[in-house]
Amino acid sequence: MANWPILSVVTFLPLVGALFIALLRDDSAGVRNARWVALWTTLVTFAISLILVWGFDPSSADFQFVEKRPWLGGAITYSMGIDGISLPFVILTTALMPICILASWEAIQRRVRAYMIAFLVLETLMVGTFCALDLVLFYLFFEGGLIPMFLIIGVWGGPRRVYASFKFFLYTLTGSVLMLLAILAMYWNAQTTDIPALLHHAFPRELQTWAWFAFLASFAVKLPMWPVHTWLPDAHVEAPTAGSVVLAAILLKMGGYGFLRFSLPMFPAASQELAPLIYALSVVAIVYTSLVALMQEDMKKLIAYSSVAHMGFVTMGIFAVTTQGVAGGIFQMISHGIISAALFLCVGVVYDRLHTREIAAYGGLVNRMPLYAFAFMVFVLAGVGLPGTVGFIGEFLTLLGTFRVNNWVATLAALGTILSAAYALWLYRRIIFGTLEKTALLRVRDIGWRETVVFAPLIVLTIVFGVYPKPVLDISAVSVAQLIDNFHHAVGGAQAAALEVRR
Amino acid sequence: MKAALTLPALVPLLPEMVLGVGAMVLLLVGVYRGERAVRLIDGASIALLVVAGVIVLLLPEGKLVSFDGSFVVDGFARFLKTLAILGSAAAIAMSIDYAARERQQRFEYSVLIVLSTLGMLMLISAADLIALYLGLELMSLPLYVVAASHRSVLRSTEAGLKYFVLGALSSGMLLYGASLTYGFTGTVTFSGIARSAAQAGPGLIFGLVFLFVGFCFKVSAVPFHMWTPDVYEGAPTPVTAFFAAAPKVAGIAMFVRATVVAFPAITAQWQEIVVFVSIASMLLGAFAAIGQRNFKRLMAYSSIGHMGFALIGLAAGTPQGVQGVLLYMAIYLTMTLGVFAVILAMRRSTGMVESIDELAGLARTNPTMAFFLATLLFSMAGVPPLAGFFAKIYVFLAAIQAGLYALAVIGVLASVVGAYYYLAIIKIMYFDEPAEGFVPMPGELKVVLGVCGLFNILFFFYPGPLVGVASAAARSLF
Repeated sequence: MANWPILSVVTFLPLVGALFIALLRDDSAGVRNARWVALWTTLVTFAISLILVWGFDPSSADFQFVEKRPWLGGAITYSMGIDGISLPFVILTTALMPICILASWEAIQRRVRAYMIAFLVLETLMVGTFCALDLVLFYLFFEGGLIPMFLIIGVWGGPRRVYASFKFFLYTLTGSVLMLLAILAMYWNAQTTDIPALLHHAFPRELQTWAWFAFLASFAVKLPMWPVHTWLPDAHVEAPTAGSVVLAAILLKMGGYGFLRFSLPMFPAASQELAPLIYALSVVAIVYTSLVALMQEDMKKLIAYSSVAHMGFVTMGIFAVTTQGVAGGIFQMISHGIISAALFLCVGVVYDRLHTREIAAYGGLVNRMPLYAFAFMVFVLAGVGLPGTVGFIGEFLTLLGTFRVNNWVATLAALGTILSAAYALWLYRRIIFGTLEKTALLRVRDIGWRETVVFAPLIVLTIVFGVYPKPVLDISAVSVAQLIDNFHHAVGGAQAAALEVRR
Repeated sequence: MKAALTLPALVPLLPEMVLGVGAMVLLLVGVYRGERAVRLIDGASIALLVVAGVIVLLLPEGKLVSFDGSFVVDGFARFLKTLAILGSAAAIAMSIDYAARERQQRFEYSVLIVLSTLGMLMLISAADLIALYLGLELMSLPLYVVAASHRSVLRSTEAGLKYFVLGALSSGMLLYGASLTYGFTGTVTFSGIARSAAQAGPGLIFGLVFLFVGFCFKVSAVPFHMWTPDVYEGAPTPVTAFFAAAPKVAGIAMFVRATVVAFPAITAQWQEIVVFVSIASMLLGAFAAIGQRNFKRLMAYSSIGHMGFALIGLAAGTPQGVQGVLLYMAIYLTMTLGVFAVILAMRRSTGMVESIDELAGLARTNPTMAFFLATLLFSMAGVPPLAGFFAKIYVFLAAIQAGLYALAVIGVLASVVGAYYYLAIIKIMYFDEPAEGFVPMPGELKVVLGVCGLFNILFFFYPGPLVGVASAAARSLF
């Protein structure tokens, strides 16, 4: 075990990088340095976060690398730690950030320093969200991410950026403030906001239901679930490429992570009782947003809607509370993090060249951009859930886990996999295949070395984890098993008590 | 008879005496030396306030009582006196450059602010209704004068007159409430009222309601907020900056001390009123600010909203709640002073501008100023990790503990609506194309903005001390 505060270092190192960039001068040398500082900061952060993987003991369900310091006086402390559920998300975040910086290398030419600062601050807040072991601290990181993301969309976004950024901010804030009240109510009930302690605190039934809904308000907006998903397409379309990547790959996962960390273990009775609601919303999300995706003419919007559908599998799997369902939910989030990031990067590549995201403006790209066509194909097929790619494992496990609990839900959700093949393959055909007849496309270049560096690791991960998902599943296996055990124990205990009373 | 001959303990009044004597000396200097002494008097006034502040902090520990219990110095008073003095000193500092450029250098200005601050300190320590009224009037009279200090500008004189007439009306109501309270309890001291409140019957509630009218007027809580936007907009900007900070602190102090100490027996009754006032203020502050283009007017609605949030803590009526109020006021003071430092720096070669549209593209013409203003606005919206978030979390914590769930839910939703107009200003600064830049910011404004901005950013790294002091201060009332 490391005896230096490794989680705090991973969390706050990007902030140090951001401060450093803030001190640079605002000329061309400063801009160049800002890019390099940002890249090195994210790379070093990623390297340090790999120490976490190496030092992590996957056979223990306890929180590891725990740090605890007094903070707000009294029961609210600065407390960090990770278990098998949060570790994959930390790594996902730190791994994607250098890719985001690289993807913005040339695409961002305006106010580069501020852009890099915003991204590094965002990284601190995202990593902090997954590491926080105190509810108030979690909320601080969770909600603080709004500020940099608001600025990223609003300053570097597309034509309707103002609308999109406001919608993103206000939607998410509305959901979150209700969660804040629930957090405060939990504090008064349990006299602590320490997450490990709260995991073993039995909340009264009444409070469970209210708090469950309050947390749902926040996480459903963040994830997003139907019908509060409408901010997502707007935000994605207007955000710069790297902004979309972060949004889809990491910020959305905070919602799923929240369900796993709070809703299920802390409010088991409410989760059990209200699971049908989640199933219904998930199935609607999967089927309805897939249909909506079919009709999109904007590439980013299509991928955004497909994200909502993919997140539907996550919620469905999590609330099935079976080993396969929960493990599949986590895996699906990781795989979606890789795939959606890659797909938005693919859109970014052609957007940088032609400055349009309209599907109809493309066609026949395979003739000019064979490498790009290959990369795009891998990710589209992974998005469809082709066996042998990461996308398959997550969808399959969640369906399997849900089928044991509720056949109908699983059957209806399986429709989504067919629909996803329809919209994704159709998208691919319209952009890549066909004859190259648009004049603007005749001189388009294939991806360069920088873009290859961006795509290569993502392709490798897509295939490797698709064939051999064991490393990811193993990290979280014990934590998931304990989560499910505790859940059934709590629900079973409550039911037994109810039976006692009835007798 | 012997007791009547001994002097009351004067040590607790040391800060007040320093300010009172100092203000008179400065007045003499000003009368003899005229406008030439403005710089000297400004500087001396700030020094006087600093000395008074240091004395407040150096007074002996524990609860000091003087004048037969009508003047109390406890942790609560120390905390809020420090805030009020900070607010007044910053207001004088922020007015120096403005007065010089607008040719409004009058030595009376700082002297009046010192006198008003003296009123605030007495108000904060007041533990009976007569001391409260004395402090209140001493605080308010200079305010009416400085609001109208731009004698030649119609808006300023209108603001002063409006404030005076409405202020006099509310003082009258408060006096009426005080006399009713006295009539039904037979005493004016807060502790005495608390003892006999249980047998006083419904007449006392009438007294309480009229007292609350006066309190609400001073903190500009709905439905007695009408003067706020006009006075904020009409008064000279440094005066608005002053109004938004220190008098609000003193007003809240009076509201909290009188309510919590004198009326614990009828908590259920006043709680309803405070809940209503709080909800109405938050909602009005949130919705009415959306359409405002004048930054000062917008800040008026924003301050109405903030008072609503602070009153959530009072509505809870617990030590936890008072702690929330104290933290809220401390953080509110830094946010509002910082924002006014920016408003005072909105000056082109042609003169002052007040519309928020003039901030367009500030992120590129003056990135530092834009960054700090954005920080303060996000903080006002209550977004973590900034200080404004902690201000809100403590009052909501108290509301949840007291079971005021509806108040808490409406409060957080109002904060979301409020976030909209703060975001709208950030949007103008960061997303819009730049307008012509402002003239360079004077040094003292830079200092105020920088200190307030950094406080709001860095608060979350080390919140423990302030939270602890506020907690101890709140317990001293109970």
